[in-house]
Amino acid sequence: MSTVISVSLNNEPFTLEPDTLLSDALEQWHYGEQKIAVAINGEFVPRSRYRETRLKERDQLDIVKPVGGG
Amino acid sequence: MAEATPDQLTLYGEHFDSRFLLGTALYQSPTIMRDAIKASRCNIVTLGLRRQNPGNRDGDIFWQYIEDSGCKLLPNTAGCKSVKEAVTLARMSREMFDTPWIKLEVVGDDYNLQPDPFGLVEASEILLKEGFKVLPYCTDDLIVCQKLLDVGCEVLMPWGSPIGTGKGLLNRYNLKTLRERIKDVPMIIDAGLGAPSQAAEAMEMGFDGILLNTAVAKAQNPPLMAEAFADALTAGRKAYRAGLMQERQTASPSTPTIGQPFWHQSN
Repeated sequence: MSTVISVSLNNEPFTLEPDTLLSDALEQWHYGEQKIAVAINGEFVPRSRYRETRLKERDQLDIVKPVGGG
Repeated sequence: MAEATPDQLTLYGEHFDSRFLLGTALYQSPTIMRDAIKASRCNIVTLGLRRQNPGNRDGDIFWQYIEDSGCKLLPNTAGCKSVKEAVTLARMSREMFDTPWIKLEVVGDDYNLQPDPFGLVEASEILLKEGFKVLPYCTDDLIVCQKLLDVGCEVLMPWGSPIGTGKGLLNRYNLKTLRERIKDVPMIIDAGLGAPSQAAEAMEMGFDGILLNTAVAKAQNPPLMAEAFADALTAGRKAYRAGLMQERQTASPSTPTIGQPFWHQSN
């Protein structure tokens, strides 16, 4: 079994320990208490599930923040 | 004389003093955006969601100003090209901004950013069933608008012209038809307006509000332009409520003809 997994965060490659919790990954990536929302493989992941969602090899994460919009 | 009755805009049961919805993109700085929002006297601002990489705090001041404005937030799904993308981004927005309101955009074409009417209706139906308050950015096609109402939309936001073009009201026939056929549903002209006179015209036609961004953000003085649009909306709305005169083909003197001096019956 591989010692790391590869995921994509906003289209950039990152490596993580296998089965890393989403909440731990967000901490590693220094999102801290920032106002964000997360989707994995195109599906919205509510904040209430960050601590139970484990990341898998080749997961594609989108993490977004508020920006100006029309 | 002051207006005797309140003339508020009602959207999904909420009442607003202003009929101007302002976008928050494209300003030279967050400070200019803040000043434009204030000058516009708007009660609702639109905003978006975009990827943000770790540690990047660029948007923090933007968000602070938005919160300080006290405006109701109307997040959008700009740039989404499929039902799935739009629905996912709407769900992310609802959590992020703690609001079920969504300006729903499903882009059908990259050239003119024309809404995909089929995807828009489908995405609207999904989101309305999930409790969203959907404000669909749509074309001025009557049947598409009727389908959006059929699935439960309580507001429509037809375009004036394509986003960012500043071309004003491109298809007056379609827009007048929309207003004529859909009388009791709030309709906001969204996108394409470039000048306050165009906004006033839309209001004179009986539309309930205006949503725009570029015309203010790209003005040389955005706060002053925001104020100009706000004034134009007010003027146009008052004109609509007052009732415009019927246009005529032939001239008709406004000054009485009886008693006209220098007139003598010819022999």
